[in-house]
Amino acid sequence: MVSALSSQKDKEKQTKAAVSRRGFLGSAGVGGGILATSLGAQEAAAQAAANVMGPTEVAITLNINGAATKLQVEPRVTLLDALRNKLDMTGAKRVCDRGTCGACTVMVNGKTVYGCSVLAIDAVGKQITTIESLGGPGKLHPVSAAFIKHDAQQCGYCTPGFVMAAKAFLDRNPNPTREQVQKGLSGNICRCGTYVGMREAVLEAARSMKNA
Amino acid sequence: MQNFEFANPATLNEALGLLGSQWGEADVLAGGTDLLSLMKEYLHSPKRVVNIKNIKELGGIAKSGTGLRIGATVTLDELASNALVRQMYPSLAQAALEVSSPQLRNMGTVGGDLCQRPRCWYFRRGNGLLGQDENGKSLVTTGENKYHAIFGSGPALFVSASSFGPALVALGAKVTLVSASGKRDVPMSEFFVSPKSNGEREIALKPNEILTQIMIPAAGTNATYEVRHREAVDWPLTSASVNLTMAGGVVKSAVVVMGHVAATPWRASQAEQMLTGKKIDAALAERAGEAAVANATPLSENGYKVQLAKVAVKRAILKAAGLTV
Ligand SMILES: Cc1cc2nc3c(=O)[nH]c(=O)nc-3n(C[C@H](O)[C@H](O)[C@H](O)COP(=O)(O)OP(=O)(O)OC[C@H]3O[C@@H](n4cnc5c(N)ncnc54)[C@H](O)[C@@H]3O)c2cc1C
Ligand code: FES
Ligand code: FES
Repeated sequence: MVSALSSQKDKEKQTKAAVSRRGFLGSAGVGGGILATSLGAQEAAAQAAANVMGPTEVAITLNINGAATKLQVEPRVTLLDALRNKLDMTGAKRVCDRGTCGACTVMVNGKTVYGCSVLAIDAVGKQITTIESLGGPGKLHPVSAAFIKHDAQQCGYCTPGFVMAAKAFLDRNPNPTREQVQKGLSGNICRCGTYVGMREAVLEAARSMKNA
Repeated sequence: MQNFEFANPATLNEALGLLGSQWGEADVLAGGTDLLSLMKEYLHSPKRVVNIKNIKELGGIAKSGTGLRIGATVTLDELASNALVRQMYPSLAQAALEVSSPQLRNMGTVGGDLCQRPRCWYFRRGNGLLGQDENGKSLVTTGENKYHAIFGSGPALFVSASSFGPALVALGAKVTLVSASGKRDVPMSEFFVSPKSNGEREIALKPNEILTQIMIPAAGTNATYEVRHREAVDWPLTSASVNLTMAGGVVKSAVVVMGHVAATPWRASQAEQMLTGKKIDAALAERAGEAAVANATPLSENGYKVQLAKVAVKRAILKAAGLTV
């Protein structure tokens, strides 16, 4: 991943650009992050040859929804926290933070993963797809549209994770049975219990994607 | 999570050079589904994390003699969907397919599954592998223990978490453990160990070693049967894996291993002896199930697991023999 480490120049450009509130809190909040930011670059450069990075902040580039996105993270920052706290992409939710609920589901290289259980630095060089890429009002993804039609959410906190899980499931199983839908979504939990509506929605999305 | 240095080696040699001689210096990172949780709970606080997913030689599934070689970083999803695995070792493919969720199967690796730490809630809240209070008193025997061991004389009463453990013991598999100073092949039956103190590990792996591959020899008819609480993200309550070598409709030899009932996969020798030389039918499978749990020593809250284990053994035998469960 040597190539993925941005050059010092790139890094300076990025530091100037990234003054969003979340970005600032993200780097300033954790154990002397401000100081670490400036030291991190030199250290990262020195260790790049051995492919050893950190423990202070490292400049990385993530490919998110098709766009190369530069950011700085300590190695311990998860992909989920990087998306939410550094890049203001708050679609994926943090609920259990332990790989047991699915609220943080995103896709890496076309497969669903728990964003809370992947390090951001470990996602360098891979294609990351988040719920933000699935289209907004006016051009909803068939899965999102079917969720609305079937009232497949209550509080909605689990919804982005379920929609991603459902999209990935349909990519792989375009003609699912109800049982397959049930098993295919078994990595996500809905505390409001909207499973029946969600299964309907996924079956309908399968039909509408075929007819599209 | 404590901060750490992240290493991304491209070769096994490079990776081995980055490991430490003591636990706590460096941790291997595969899919991260267990390691990240361990680090968030401060149960592991390595100074360095060594990612092994970019090391080509640790991947791949290929024929090796009459058996199969499975690389450590093969994901559970790759394993479950591999045609050779499904055909030769349905017991393993079944175990992989049942691991709790698509996301976990996409991320988790075979090596990581075997090296995952116990899920015992006392261990996970910092009371050590033996689950003791500050005076060395067992929290397991006096506290909530409905998911704990029903076999073994202790002192460790957690259950081995890996779904692959029982299947691979039954199949007579070996793992290769490599360090900078050499490599050793360890039979799966010796890979899992019941620790006698909190300082030990529950697997034979040393801090300077990487599990590189699993070697499975040609097997007889084999199957796994798991009993789970529900469809969603959780480990099995109990399971059984069976490997039968048949000759003319009669069992020539049998290996029966129960899972999630002890600190290691638990072999049911009485059941194996009962099957040997016989033709399998429902009544025999039932008796073998009874024999398998005859010496169980359940704790205050987990007597129900004895019944589950008995049924799992019976059904795994029937499944392996191709009979209706
Ligand atoms: C909600 C939930 C439900 C689950 N249900 C099941 C289940 O039903 N059955 C089951 O078997 N598992 C289950 N698991 C566990 C899951 O399968 C494991 O966490 C996963 O397989 C571990 O693989 P990994 O590649 O993510 O390992 P990591 O998290 O990367 O590593 C796990 C541990 O193994 C070490 N390690 C990893 N690879 C190697 C290697 N090659 N050499 C040396 N050390 C190594 C790491 O240092 C770490 O200590 C579940 C997990 C969760 C979170
Ligand atoms: S927040 Fe990641 S699985 Fe729950
Ligand atoms: S809608 Fe509330 S958790 Fe699913």
